[in-house]
Amino acid sequence: MHKDIVNIPKEKFEFAQRDISLHDEKLKTKSRGYLADAFLRFKKNRSSVVAAFIIGVLILFSIFAPIISPYNVKKDKDNTYKNLPPFVEPISNLGIGIFDGSTVRDSQNELQIQMLEAIGVETGRSPIIGHPKEVYYTEIYRGQEVERVSYSVKVNRYYEIGCRFIVMSADEFKKIMAWQDETGIQVLYPYVENKNIYVDLEEGQSVPTQRNSNIWYQCVDTKGNAKLDGNGNFIPAYSTDKSKEGVEYTSSLRIPGDDGSYIYSYAKSGSVEVRVNYYNYYQYLNGRTPMYIFGTDDYGRDLFDAIGMGARFSLIFAIVVSAINLTIGAIYGAIQGYYGGYIDLVMDRIADILSGVPYIVVVTLFQLHLAQKVGVVPSFLFAFVLTGWIGMAALTRKQFYRFKGQEYVLAAKTLGSSDKRLMFKHIFPNSLGTIITSCVLVIPGVISSETSLTYLGIINLSNLVGTSIGELMSISQTAMTTSPHAMLYPSLYVSLLLISFNLFGNGLRDAFNPSTRGVED
Amino acid sequence: MIKYVLQRVVLMLMTLLIITCICFVLIRMLPPAILPAGDPHTPAIEARREAMGYNKPYMVQFGIFLKNVFTKWDWGVSDKLYFGQDVAKIFAEKLPATMLVNLYSIIFSIPVGIALGIWAALKKNKMTDHVISTVTMLVISVPSFVYAFLIQYFLSYKLDIFPFLMEGGGNYFKWSTFVSMIPAVLSLSFGTIAGFTRTTRAELTEVLTSEFMLLARTKGLTKAQATVRHALKNCMVVVLPSIFGSFVGILGGSLIIERVFAVPGVGQLYLNSINGQDYPMFILLTVFYTSISLFAAIVVDISYGFIDPRIRMGSRK
Repeated sequence: MHKDIVNIPKEKFEFAQRDISLHDEKLKTKSRGYLADAFLRFKKNRSSVVAAFIIGVLILFSIFAPIISPYNVKKDKDNTYKNLPPFVEPISNLGIGIFDGSTVRDSQNELQIQMLEAIGVETGRSPIIGHPKEVYYTEIYRGQEVERVSYSVKVNRYYEIGCRFIVMSADEFKKIMAWQDETGIQVLYPYVENKNIYVDLEEGQSVPTQRNSNIWYQCVDTKGNAKLDGNGNFIPAYSTDKSKEGVEYTSSLRIPGDDGSYIYSYAKSGSVEVRVNYYNYYQYLNGRTPMYIFGTDDYGRDLFDAIGMGARFSLIFAIVVSAINLTIGAIYGAIQGYYGGYIDLVMDRIADILSGVPYIVVVTLFQLHLAQKVGVVPSFLFAFVLTGWIGMAALTRKQFYRFKGQEYVLAAKTLGSSDKRLMFKHIFPNSLGTIITSCVLVIPGVISSETSLTYLGIINLSNLVGTSIGELMSISQTAMTTSPHAMLYPSLYVSLLLISFNLFGNGLRDAFNPSTRGVED
Repeated sequence: MIKYVLQRVVLMLMTLLIITCICFVLIRMLPPAILPAGDPHTPAIEARREAMGYNKPYMVQFGIFLKNVFTKWDWGVSDKLYFGQDVAKIFAEKLPATMLVNLYSIIFSIPVGIALGIWAALKKNKMTDHVISTVTMLVISVPSFVYAFLIQYFLSYKLDIFPFLMEGGGNYFKWSTFVSMIPAVLSLSFGTIAGFTRTTRAELTEVLTSEFMLLARTKGLTKAQATVRHALKNCMVVVLPSIFGSFVGILGGSLIIERVFAVPGVGQLYLNSINGQDYPMFILLTVFYTSISLFAAIVVDISYGFIDPRIRMGSRK
């Protein structure tokens, strides 16, 4: 049988797949990009996830703490409530032992306990929380063993302030009286003259005692031991000398036991001196009772607000610095790594010289030269940028050396890509993971340096942000033994932040570079 | 190798010269401290300033400065803090305190850090390793003044073991002075210990998995023998230079600790010279800190050059 396969007639042909569209079958699985892949690996690292969460909380704190706090770091400084522990009145009144502004005082003698009691009796707010604990101990006194007792007492340090002598103008005094009548809160307390406190009965004359605004009762000696009446109550020693009165007391409020004879102000060359119940006076000044969630610092500022403001600055500053360093370092390192040879050598030398200058010297010099011209923060920023980008540049350079010899780069070059395109479209994206990671690890470094420098007082940010975490810690140093909280909260914040950032950065590094897990890249 | 070392040293000296020059000019550009009128030292210092070329161009001033330093070891006189006294002499008085605190800290940190590192490496991926590595990470992250606070509060105040501040007085080898140094030494040590632990652990785990360790075991050595004779030796090649590097490093980084514990050392002097605007002192200390950081870098560089000739400078990919 013979078939002519060359000359097949046209009619015999027909289209096999005319109406069917041909294409690859769609992938059944979901495809994952580089970032999604890294994120998946990151999620497996539990400590880093926790760290990321903590960072989130700390950042939220820095955003919202200054908003929540009724105080302003720059304006609200109380000269009396300094270095005091956390106190919020409503919570304190519950008596559950938190936010009660308390400190436990050991080895107090009876006189000190009595003075605290007297404050409680006069102001109606007892500084003593619970009952003083008695501690017995023996002591050698003039060759003999004597048993002594001392007290361990939990003291509310806000109520402990009691009354204060304050010199004010007559107008201010009248304003307070009006405020008293309006609110029903007794701010002004009767004046006490020193000569009324201790009257020596044998001599028949008064003996001056040490002036103490909280001794309002008659005493039996110059030390301040109270003279008690039959029922064990204090006997008031308020002044009734009308000739010394500064401004007549017209308020309808009077302390219990006042028959109208007590004077509430004392004339003092053009102004008046008064005794105020400081807790109430504070309400008069601020319109609210003290509410210090973290307590106060050495300048009488709210620590809650101060830490929030300081942290805000630290975080923003660190992010700005690392963004700038990233940009400069990446460009510098890219040029170095891409061109290599002499360009690399010269640029490396420049970087070497810059990195040789200790950053503390750089910061100081910039402060001395630039701070007055461009402000503290810009000069601080310059100082960080001047040497900060070097690490990033070295990293980028290394990555460029790694990738520039690869075939795809060569291919792109053959196709006529420009240098710029090769650098930033082909090589740079490959090293992005490493660079992002090291950027996250740079942030804690910047925060740490910034805190150190403000701690040392080389940088003073009080004009711009009011405070900084380093400054808070530095001023709390002096009162560390009596008010450890003022040191504790800032150091806790900064430690948590740095630890979390480092953990987070490590997790990110492992996620982006699974091959180099745990190895310094 | 000698050529390599020489090359590095010459480069370092050049870098130092350039940095000193820049800093010198920047500092001299600041208005000099105003001298108190009527003080007996004032005319003398004014004469000295004239001799040091205060009214001449900056490069001439720098030349005079270098000439004085190299020929007479004359760094100028303090014009504010230690009025009229020789800056170099005061610096020499302050140096021992800083050196001693750092030396003690290093002596304490090395054995502890290396021992912890070895322990962690030997128990790799077990509970011990995880605990040590985590604690190391935490300790490295926390800034040193937080330790200073914790140590002062608990050891000095609550337990009352150590004094709050370091004793002055010049005699650094008295027992009571030594005790008063301990808080400062401890605060400095935390970070250093953690650093050593991390380096040792990283190095040792790498060495332990290498093939010659397997060979040593097949030769019949016990695990302990193999670790001590082969692994540790190899790992120390990296750890030992880092000891020197870190000594130099913390010498520069102890500013805060010196302030907190009132160590009468160079760090205090530096802070005071900034706050008191004592520029001759400041120039000397700048040169000091710069040389320290350069020295640390060169020590690490050279030691790596010894260990791994491939990383030597000049051999670029």
